[in-house]
Amino acid sequence: MVARAGGAAVPGRAVASVASKPPPLPAGDPLIRLRGITKTYGEGATAFQALKGIDLDIHARDFIAVMGASGSGKSTTMNILGCLDVPSGGEFLFRGHHVEALDRDQRALLRRKYLGFVFQGFNLLARTTALENVELPLLYRGDSKQARREASMAALDKVGLAKWWDHTPAELSGGQQQRVAIARAIVTQPDVLLADEPTGNLDSERSVEIMELLSDLNANSGITVLMVTHEPDMAAFAHTVVHFKDGLVERIEANHRAGEPVA
Amino acid sequence: MFGTTLLLALRSIARHKLRSFLTTLGIIIGVAAVVTMVTLGRATTAQVQKNISSLGTNILQIRPGQGFGRGGGGPPPAPFKPEDVTAIAQQIAGVTAVAPQAQASATAIYEGANWQTTINGTTNAYFEVQAWPLTSGRYWTPQEESAGRAVCIIGSTVRQNLWRGGEAVGTRFRIGSISCDVIGVLSTRGQAGFGGDQDDVVIMPIKTVQRRFTGNRDIRLMLVGVDQAYSTSTVQAGITDLLRERRNITAGKDDDFNIFDTKQISDTLTSTTQLLTRIVTAVAAISLIVGGIGIMNIMLVSVTERTREIGIRLAIGAVAREVLTQFLVEAVALSMLGGLIGLLLAQAAVGLLSVLGDLPFLFVPEINIIAFAISAIIGVVFGYFPARRAAALNPIDALRHE
Repeated sequence: MVARAGGAAVPGRAVASVASKPPPLPAGDPLIRLRGITKTYGEGATAFQALKGIDLDIHARDFIAVMGASGSGKSTTMNILGCLDVPSGGEFLFRGHHVEALDRDQRALLRRKYLGFVFQGFNLLARTTALENVELPLLYRGDSKQARREASMAALDKVGLAKWWDHTPAELSGGQQQRVAIARAIVTQPDVLLADEPTGNLDSERSVEIMELLSDLNANSGITVLMVTHEPDMAAFAHTVVHFKDGLVERIEANHRAGEPVA
Repeated sequence: MFGTTLLLALRSIARHKLRSFLTTLGIIIGVAAVVTMVTLGRATTAQVQKNISSLGTNILQIRPGQGFGRGGGGPPPAPFKPEDVTAIAQQIAGVTAVAPQAQASATAIYEGANWQTTINGTTNAYFEVQAWPLTSGRYWTPQEESAGRAVCIIGSTVRQNLWRGGEAVGTRFRIGSISCDVIGVLSTRGQAGFGGDQDDVVIMPIKTVQRRFTGNRDIRLMLVGVDQAYSTSTVQAGITDLLRERRNITAGKDDDFNIFDTKQISDTLTSTTQLLTRIVTAVAAISLIVGGIGIMNIMLVSVTERTREIGIRLAIGAVAREVLTQFLVEAVALSMLGGLIGLLLAQAAVGLLSVLGDLPFLFVPEINIIAFAISAIIGVVFGYFPARRAAALNPIDALRHE
């Protein structure tokens, strides 16, 4: 612990300075590396081991779909990858730095700078305009009003909702709400976008639109996408599909068709 | 950073206008009540002091009889004699002047106009004790006083009614059965503290009044001026001893005269109004605390209701301190907003009540500042617990919250 904290770069500290752009990763190194990640809930006789040793490498610009039955450990893994939760054991390297033992606030700062989240239920602030929702992460970065507005409008434009900027979630369709949520996730130009069943609440037509948007962001904005889904149709958009079962990675499939450019 | 937090808090308050208003109602009422009560208390005290001081400050009024609740039966107590006046003036330390008074009432007539007024027979000491200057003319001379000449100094109400505001000094008018030369006009004093127009008076040398109106040498009231450097109670005690001796009252018997100390009455009334003000203010202060509890209550509800929002904020990278600050600032902003509205309401209430209660309109800066500061402190104190609860939420659980 101590030796690690004294390393060249303490991520918690490094991410605190938002202005500085992180150094590029050495070619071939994974963006995220999980080694023997375990997670146990409870203690003693009632202890439940949700993750039994996950090994996973995620490279920059990957588009990964995570599949598995409920209770397979995929959500727990996503929470750990999203720095919302800490593993009970194992190593979690982000950009080559150990992040498995960061405290609450350091993880928050890491999320603020490198990660974007999209949820199944959209999770937009009610009675708040699309623009204000998208601005939210920038508020915490302390950007100026002008910078917030420009970046947020750019993000809304990217998801095709620029002219809907002053509408509240109640005035938007489900698909539009999810687009606003995606704009909010990408407005900080994160390395990784974590999407938890992003199409779970949408009909198939809207779902395809959202998947095309994610594919576009992955291909053209260089954002690594990690997506949990139950639907093989949606998983088909990813380059790689990781199957979870009983707290372990069951198998990893390369999806060659998805490697072709999205129309 | 702080500007951002304030912005977030104000946005959140603006999103729930009705709830925000209801939340702050306790603070609004509390602040308004405290400020109104303290201000009205001050105004009442000022009014009481003004009323009392219209009787003259540092003045002892001495009358025959046992004061307000004079006992029934027995012969009426003897009036004072001119010798008593001289004795008090000469023998008691701290007495600046003693003015005897003999009163009568009569109709005054001038050029066809007539006016029922009070005649006050006294000496020049009266004007000194009352500190009552003339606007024109002169006081009477010692010769005129000792000779009991028919010279009059009139109050402004009498001048208004008989001379119609014209020049009175140098004219002669009839009062009762005599005619009297006007030698001076008194400055306007206005209403007496307890009703009655002090300016509706004709003042003459006491001998003139005794000879021409009352027909005796009785003095039924003495006004004693007390030097500021002396305590009125010491002077009062000295006069009591002197008068008991002069009136042959044996030890153990009650005084057959009473001394009315305007300062003492003023102090008593002032401390009574101040006590009442404090009690009412304390009650009002309790409503402030109740208001604070109201804020805490709503903030706790708000934290529960906005659990998902907190989860979103945490997920997109808010640190615990930022969430805590947001909710704390929200609570403080709410209570300060309530405090501000309360202050405005208080000024309106004070304005209205001072008109209804015929009190002077006061603005007491310190109580406004204190009440506003307390409203801010209440926001911090009662907002902290809900804010800490919000900040301690686990983002995963918070996001899953329905």
